[in-house]
Amino acid sequence: MQGNLACVQGAIYAGLQFYAGYPITPSTEVAEGCARELPKLGGRFIQMEDEIASMAAIVGASVSGLKSMTATSGPGYSLMQENIGYAYMTETPCVVVNVQRGGPSTGLPTKISQSDTMQARWGTHGDYTAIAVAPSTVGDTLTETIRAFNLAERFRTPVTVLLDEVIGHQRELISLPQPGEFQVHNRTKPTVKPEEFEPFAAATRGVSPMPAYREGYRYNVTGLTHDSMGFATADTNEITNKLDKLRNKIMDYKSEITLLRTAMMDDADIAFVSYGTVSRAALLAVALAREAGVKVGCVQLYTVWPFPVDELRDYCSRCSKIIVPELNMGQLVHEVRRNLPPDTEIHGLQRYDGEILTPMQLLKKLEEVM
Amino acid sequence: MATAEKPKAVQQKSDVILEYLRPKKKFPSVWCAGCGNGVVMSAIIRAIDKLGLSKDNVAMVSGIGCTSRMPVYLDFNSLHTTHGRALAFATGVKHAQPKMKVIVITGDGDALAIGGNHFIHACRRNIDITTILINNSIYGMTGGQGSPTTPGGAFSTTTPYGNAENNFDPCDLAIAAGASYVGRGTVYHAPQLEKTIMQAIEHNGFSLVEAISNCHTYYGRLNRRGDAVAMIKWYKERSVTTAKAAKMSPDELDGKYVIGTLRHDKEATEFCDQYQRLVDAQQGGN
Repeated sequence: MQGNLACVQGAIYAGLQFYAGYPITPSTEVAEGCARELPKLGGRFIQMEDEIASMAAIVGASVSGLKSMTATSGPGYSLMQENIGYAYMTETPCVVVNVQRGGPSTGLPTKISQSDTMQARWGTHGDYTAIAVAPSTVGDTLTETIRAFNLAERFRTPVTVLLDEVIGHQRELISLPQPGEFQVHNRTKPTVKPEEFEPFAAATRGVSPMPAYREGYRYNVTGLTHDSMGFATADTNEITNKLDKLRNKIMDYKSEITLLRTAMMDDADIAFVSYGTVSRAALLAVALAREAGVKVGCVQLYTVWPFPVDELRDYCSRCSKIIVPELNMGQLVHEVRRNLPPDTEIHGLQRYDGEILTPMQLLKKLEEVM
Repeated sequence: MATAEKPKAVQQKSDVILEYLRPKKKFPSVWCAGCGNGVVMSAIIRAIDKLGLSKDNVAMVSGIGCTSRMPVYLDFNSLHTTHGRALAFATGVKHAQPKMKVIVITGDGDALAIGGNHFIHACRRNIDITTILINNSIYGMTGGQGSPTTPGGAFSTTTPYGNAENNFDPCDLAIAAGASYVGRGTVYHAPQLEKTIMQAIEHNGFSLVEAISNCHTYYGRLNRRGDAVAMIKWYKERSVTTAKAAKMSPDELDGKYVIGTLRHDKEATEFCDQYQRLVDAQQGGN
């Protein structure tokens, strides 16, 4: 199965009921898959007039009560940013899949890239805290999409799935999960009377329950900075509370969000830190280097944002050198550099010509830094 | 003011309005004294009340601008979204909850400039959303800039020497793009506006009601049209009903507002109904 279609299968497993999107390479198969599958399940698909409208429609559907998703790439992800910000501000659960391609602008529509790593964190204006997950195989794409939905529903926030052109388009053998094999999280519903309901309070583990439309809770949803009742505010304390909440509801429960996988890190002096397709090259490079007796390991980030600072420090505590291979001009490397102890040597390895980093290129870099 | 001082008819009318205002929302509104938005809001409330819609079953969606603040004051499921995108959000709401009455409140800048693309595509889909477009021919919230309905030659803060551009007629645009109900009213003709809004909400398909309204604060001042009362009188003097308009020449109609129902196609296929048929067919194993 193709990665983009594994994403569709993961979304459906997680309870996807509404998809809105606009065709763009290399993400189009996600829209096509949803157009085919959702009507069979009683779900809703719509091809909107552009990516701005697609993002708007999934927020509208989610506020109405349905689990919602869109998928896009490059320019489409840029167009979605304002309404992604609206979803942050209004605390609306939804999943945004970004099958990364080269940029800026039209860039490289059919080529791999990881150059939206920072955009997934800082893409829309203003202060907020983002969640982004990143699979590295077709099988992972299915499970990480399920995880993205669970996190979106649990934290009432948009969650980005960072794919790339290679994962999106490559075909691998995967087994589809059985019902009950993975946990599926649904947003909690309010139990108080409508007149007592505060839609934007930090009521339970950082968030409020979220009613659907037609359930008797007629609350206000606005992109203006608002109080716990959802009404725009100019009160300095209420403004601070709102922005603190957008951060704290995620950062206070970061351990529920962080996921890393490691290989050969127990005795490693040197570590590759990467995500996505690149981490597969890193795994192979580590295996080859180990055969030659080099004590090297690999940390794969499945949660890219919030950046797993503590876990990474912990895993790399005995490493003197870190190599950060990535398919851009250096984005993740800055995050690693500013979060690891100053005496750790951090080396970037960047490729941004539309091709993948090969295990051989990683081994060459390893030799250079040894 | 003691309610006993009011004539009984006025008192009853106010009670209907109060029933739909949010009890916890802080008033006064952001609108200037005399703004036509209040008249339109009142017409919408009366229309909804007469239709007997359940508040829970109404979603009121808006974008950004003076007009777009309206849903926040009203006791419905209110979604105050980003500039120009109300119809795209509303499309998500309606497609997700097809049984809901979805009403979009928008202005001329919101619907026709930044939101122009969503506007024509919502018309084309013929999705059952009622759009109330309050057209005051200017951007009010940002302080009087030219909009897509500012007439050629008219003054605004961004057309200080007269508007060099042509303007849209929102109703013509909607009809051309495939909207199945299109009507127009003005803030002078409040009972007719209310009736048109009722028809639009009852209609199954995309409906547009253009409400011609006064922004005396900016449009009136910059174009020497006088205060709110003078502007509302202007609409009275320049409006003709569709019945009258049918007997008038294009020259006679120049500069006139044709009010009433401009299009009402009851046979046009509605998007959510059509999608449901397609879902039923797939689930039926066809």
